[in-house]
Amino acid sequence: MDICVCIKRYPSLGSAIMLTDDGMAIDTDKLGFTLSPHEECAVEAAVQLKEEHGGTVTLISMGPEGVEEQIREQFAIGADRAIWIRSDSTDIDPQAAAKAIGDAIEADETAFDLILLGSESADNANAQTGVRLAHRLGRPVATAIKGMTIADGVATCERAVGTMREVYRVRLPAVVTVKDGLNIPRYPSVPGRIKARKKPIDEVAADLDGARIQLKGLTAPIRESKGAQALGAGDEAADALVDVMKQIGVLS
Amino acid sequence: MILIYADHDRGELDPLALQVVSAARGLDADVHALIVGPNAEKCIDDLASAGVLTVHHGTNAAIDDYTPRANASAVVTVMDRLEPRAVLAAGTPRGSEVLAHVASIKDLPLVTECSEIALTGPGTAEVTRARWGGNLLERSEVSADVLLATAQAHAFAVSEDAGDAQVEAFDVPVTDADLEVSIVERTGAAETGVGLAEAKVVISGGRGMDGPEAFGMLEELADILGGAVGCSRVVTAAGWRPHAEQVGQTGTKVAPDLYIAFGISGATQHIAGCKSAKTLIAVNTDGQAPIMTHADYAVVDNLHTLLPVLIEKARAAQGA
Repeated sequence: MDICVCIKRYPSLGSAIMLTDDGMAIDTDKLGFTLSPHEECAVEAAVQLKEEHGGTVTLISMGPEGVEEQIREQFAIGADRAIWIRSDSTDIDPQAAAKAIGDAIEADETAFDLILLGSESADNANAQTGVRLAHRLGRPVATAIKGMTIADGVATCERAVGTMREVYRVRLPAVVTVKDGLNIPRYPSVPGRIKARKKPIDEVAADLDGARIQLKGLTAPIRESKGAQALGAGDEAADALVDVMKQIGVLS
Repeated sequence: MILIYADHDRGELDPLALQVVSAARGLDADVHALIVGPNAEKCIDDLASAGVLTVHHGTNAAIDDYTPRANASAVVTVMDRLEPRAVLAAGTPRGSEVLAHVASIKDLPLVTECSEIALTGPGTAEVTRARWGGNLLERSEVSADVLLATAQAHAFAVSEDAGDAQVEAFDVPVTDADLEVSIVERTGAAETGVGLAEAKVVISGGRGMDGPEAFGMLEELADILGGAVGCSRVVTAAGWRPHAEQVGQTGTKVAPDLYIAFGISGATQHIAGCKSAKTLIAVNTDGQAPIMTHADYAVVDNLHTLLPVLIEKARAAQGA
């Protein structure tokens, strides 16, 4: 089974967000980069399917230089090769992004049985690229999936709704967008990291249509400290906490 | 005219649909709603009481449960006939899924998770929407004759309007591809105990719990307070607790009366899930941890020594 996983490079935000002076982007100068939990689960699922059914795992990522770091990390987990769609930014209009990814998939010599994406990106959360890609490629799609098994050319997909699960069956070749919690992604092994250095990354140029959603500006909602009231420590704190619980009405 | 896609599950209207009606009424008084599939009678009444003037009820013998592409086909049918200025849906997995199909079929842009929507001219709109799980707000201009947008949950207050809606039934045209993916089964048990998303009290643990063992104490405290146990992503990634308990951007978003964070540092990923708590208490050995800036009350102490004492005192107070 040949699987393609779309991944994206994001800044690791930590606890505070700093914007650039023009307010049009996050200032990433002092930040490291990572994948989103959804995408880490997508890669893990692909590698598990490869281990079970055989086949290959191809990564696709769009963005400027630097994304190689995230690609090599996922090579170390078990992905085999990558297609890097070079673009100036990762802040791409979702319509244009889906088209560019669709073009790259069609141009590739591998006929992918399954294309996995995160259900929404960690940053812009447009929650539509997977569906647009499915239409572009003429394939069925299931979205926001937290459980998946594949047998006889059919993906049985579960979407979590509270403690219940809705079950969808999707005939391959298909597109599935997944959520954090699908599995617990493994850590890369040392031999995995060594192999990762030599795995191939094919670069293609992005042919991006004009954006129809034009960013005017970003703001971080006011995040002044609430000025937490200190309740001390030990027995004193426990007494104070019980008082707070009584005040709120969660303890009689 | 504004069209809303109103989702329902086996006859129960998605409560967020009424908020979408409010969002639509903020743009134009002439609000139509679309509902697809059988058992929609009660939903139609609910939509009318929120101020919808016309409800389009699409059916087809082949649609008996949620079928995303068939629902999108219904939206496209009504769009083509009535040419609305905007089509809105709730910012739920189903709402964004159906509108993403519509956007793909009609080659239109789609803006999700909007908290403000303004139609600024023919073919232009301005929206405010959430990025990074609400830690950042984006202002954008959208160029499209028909604006497709989903409304962020709880961004628009429900308005009452005891009007009657006209109901127009129609057949949804479907192809085999439209019917290919639908709900074939539901599994899992109904909620036992207190559900995390609705809990009035959430007791959460993070890296500072040092392993799965200490979560027994959080369960005890949650039991006393009638609450639910939550955790941070570090905890689920380590396999200490199931993912269903994860509070955060990629987990569950909670809005309890009381949220207690034990040993949680306060990364944006986690804050996105708990910032709607009415009261937040942080317990951490590090008084400078970022969680402290979001907290109403802070205890700088070791949770492993504090918890047994707190449980004993809370139980005594509850028994008194």
